[in-house]
Amino acid sequence: MAKNVRPRVKVPKKAAAGEVITIKTLISHTMESGQRKDSDGNAIPRSIINRFVVDFNGENVLDVTLEPAISTNPYFEFEAVVPEAGEFKFTWHDDDGAVYEDVHAIELG
Amino acid sequence: GNWGRLAAQQALTQDQLLEFDTFGNVSLIHITDIHAQLKPIYFREPEVNLGVGPNKGAVPHLTGADFRKLYGIEDGSPSQYALTYDDFSALARAYGRMGGLDRVATVINAIRAARPDALLLDGGDTWHGSYTCHHTQGQDMVNVMNALRPDAMTFHWEFTLGSDRVREIVEGLPFAALGQNIFDAEWDEPAELFEPYRFFERGGVRIAVIGQAFPYMPIANPGWMFPEYSFGIRDQHMQEMVEEVRAQGAELVVLLSHNGFDVDKKMAAQVKGIDVILSGHTHDALPEPVLVGETIIVASGSNGKFVSRVDLDVRDGRMMGFRHRLIPVFSDVIAPDPEIAALIDEQRAPYADKLAEVIGQTDSLLYRRGNFNGSWDDLICDALMSERDAEIAMSPGVRWGPSLLPGQDITREDIFNVTSMSYGAAYRTEMTGEYLKIVLEDVGDNIFNPDPYYQQGGDMVRVGGLGYRIDITKPQGERISDMTLLRSGEAIDPARSYTVAGWASVNEGTEGPQIWDVVENHIRKQKTVSIPPNQSVTVVGA
Amino acid sequence: GAAALAVAAVPLRARAATVDDLIAEFTGGADVAEGGVELDAPEIAENGNTVPIEVGAEGASAIMVLAAGNPTPPVATFNFGPLSGASRAKTRIRLAGTQDVIAVAKLADGSFARTSKNVKVTIGGCGG
Ligand SMILES: [Mn+2]
Ligand SMILES: [Mn+2]
Repeated sequence: MAKNVRPRVKVPKKAAAGEVITIKTLISHTMESGQRKDSDGNAIPRSIINRFVVDFNGENVLDVTLEPAISTNPYFEFEAVVPEAGEFKFTWHDDDGAVYEDVHAIELG
Repeated sequence: GNWGRLAAQQALTQDQLLEFDTFGNVSLIHITDIHAQLKPIYFREPEVNLGVGPNKGAVPHLTGADFRKLYGIEDGSPSQYALTYDDFSALARAYGRMGGLDRVATVINAIRAARPDALLLDGGDTWHGSYTCHHTQGQDMVNVMNALRPDAMTFHWEFTLGSDRVREIVEGLPFAALGQNIFDAEWDEPAELFEPYRFFERGGVRIAVIGQAFPYMPIANPGWMFPEYSFGIRDQHMQEMVEEVRAQGAELVVLLSHNGFDVDKKMAAQVKGIDVILSGHTHDALPEPVLVGETIIVASGSNGKFVSRVDLDVRDGRMMGFRHRLIPVFSDVIAPDPEIAALIDEQRAPYADKLAEVIGQTDSLLYRRGNFNGSWDDLICDALMSERDAEIAMSPGVRWGPSLLPGQDITREDIFNVTSMSYGAAYRTEMTGEYLKIVLEDVGDNIFNPDPYYQQGGDMVRVGGLGYRIDITKPQGERISDMTLLRSGEAIDPARSYTVAGWASVNEGTEGPQIWDVVENHIRKQKTVSIPPNQSVTVVGA
Repeated sequence: GAAALAVAAVPLRARAATVDDLIAEFTGGADVAEGGVELDAPEIAENGNTVPIEVGAEGASAIMVLAAGNPTPPVATFNFGPLSGASRAKTRIRLAGTQDVIAVAKLADGSFARTSKNVKVTIGGCGG
């Protein structure tokens, strides 16, 4: 398992029904590209977050396929429609099979 | 041979230098790129300052006689000495040193006597560039600048103190720390520590001063020293800021900029609604503002040599007219302000012996400013090659560093004035001929790219032991040719490895002795240094 | 002056075939129009290891990003779901040297559009 993986998300606490909001996400992760070599000249195996999914109340907002060219600590900023009160669910899929999740509730107001 | 003429022209007076017919309702005082020069210095303006693309032959890319002709400056006059390079040593002996923040204080006080609510704006590169600044991590400059009571400043080399130190100082600053382009690198949001702009009410006018820090900080300087921040030109955000302050009732929009002059010219054309740009970073001193559309751009020199005063008539929310003067700070003519003089002495006192120690003498004029090697750079490269036993030396093309006249002592303070920085380790490494070409091409494009937004740093990297030809009109990859190892006269072999010594690497963990010690050891051995004119760089397309 | 010991920012040979293959795979071989997709990136990267980019195309269902000069060109593919507020996103990418970044969008009507932007990755090192 990759170490010290920590997701962080910025979502407004409230939105009007139908409002478009901006969401920012970060996850601390080395994103080892698979192209680097260690001091002995051995290839360091690839170990990246390969997929990032955002859903709201079970409906999809964004689904990203990540390649090794995404920087360390992958950052995404995007827009989402908030049709009703509910919960954003953020999911990061690691090459090693680990899945990291974060959820953020949003109220109407 | 013109001593008689010079003597006759020496009848400068303080009143003459400060003379100004107060105009309109607002006064701006601009000083920039002091590089921690508390005391008067000699500073030779560039001989070679080439403009490319649309800026070919345009100010500030005119030097010497061309510059004097454009502004009607007489040969041998104080203005020739202050603003151009030729005959420098003789004129310097006649007219003396320039600058000194105690003299600058006198100029500021005189302007404030005429206009008590004049705005004092510092363009940055203030907390860097001297022995005392290095050893106090900028505190000497902070103490003295605070006593001058600026209203705002922006930043460049300050960040090379490291972000912790910058935060510590900025949190205690009694004036605005501005930078609309200083962003939090993690979340891509404006950094909380730096305001994008601040409002001032002066002469009944609502003035917004927007700050613009040096855009290419993490490229030109070690980004690992301030990883929390991202910079960039961000002209869209600048436009938003202008619109925001106008919406809040700004009648005058002033941009306190550390973009560099050509970048400011392009920004003035891209961003609508800026009245005045106070330009810094490229160290140009211009006797008149340059007009781009309805924006005036003011360039105020460096090292405390000049103070700009801009009086503005602002009525009905519009700039109706201006009056400007670039005030040269002749240190023998302008009386030092006693309070600031005492404060400066207080900063220097703990280091007095170290500063004053004579390391050697120079037979040659030592200067740096210019697109290619200056004589100070040649001396530093010689020191690197001999002290670090290298075939080739590289020294950064920074624009700071005062001059020394033939016959002067070289003190430790003088050496620090041209080398002081927080990443001064003198490395020694191997580079292939191919990589050396890549370095020269890369830096060449950072200064001679015809689009000013691609001009991200200083002048051309200085080289020792290596000759080359540069065609500044060509694109990256095609500018550099005829690379020669001077030691053997042979062409540089792309496949061969060369021993290279240099300093000011932006890479973390660079190892080696500090450059000022390398230079000091070299000068001690030489006793008297003599630097022949540099003939190793051939420039084409100027 | 550079004088930096940076990893050589040697412009890598563009792997045109691979880029073309990846685009063909994304489009299923359909024609790709030039323009109609936005790609924002700095003229000069502050750091080649973390270059901010923004892609967007009105109504697009997906946008693929490629770095033509990287050892392997794929960067990311954004699929915009029904609750996407705009077919637009920002991320940060690695560029092995000065090169073209390419964005290809699948538009609302099923057609494809592409654009590219050159980003300079410099060795850096001097200040005024
Ligand atoms: Mn400067
Ligand atoms: Mn600067």
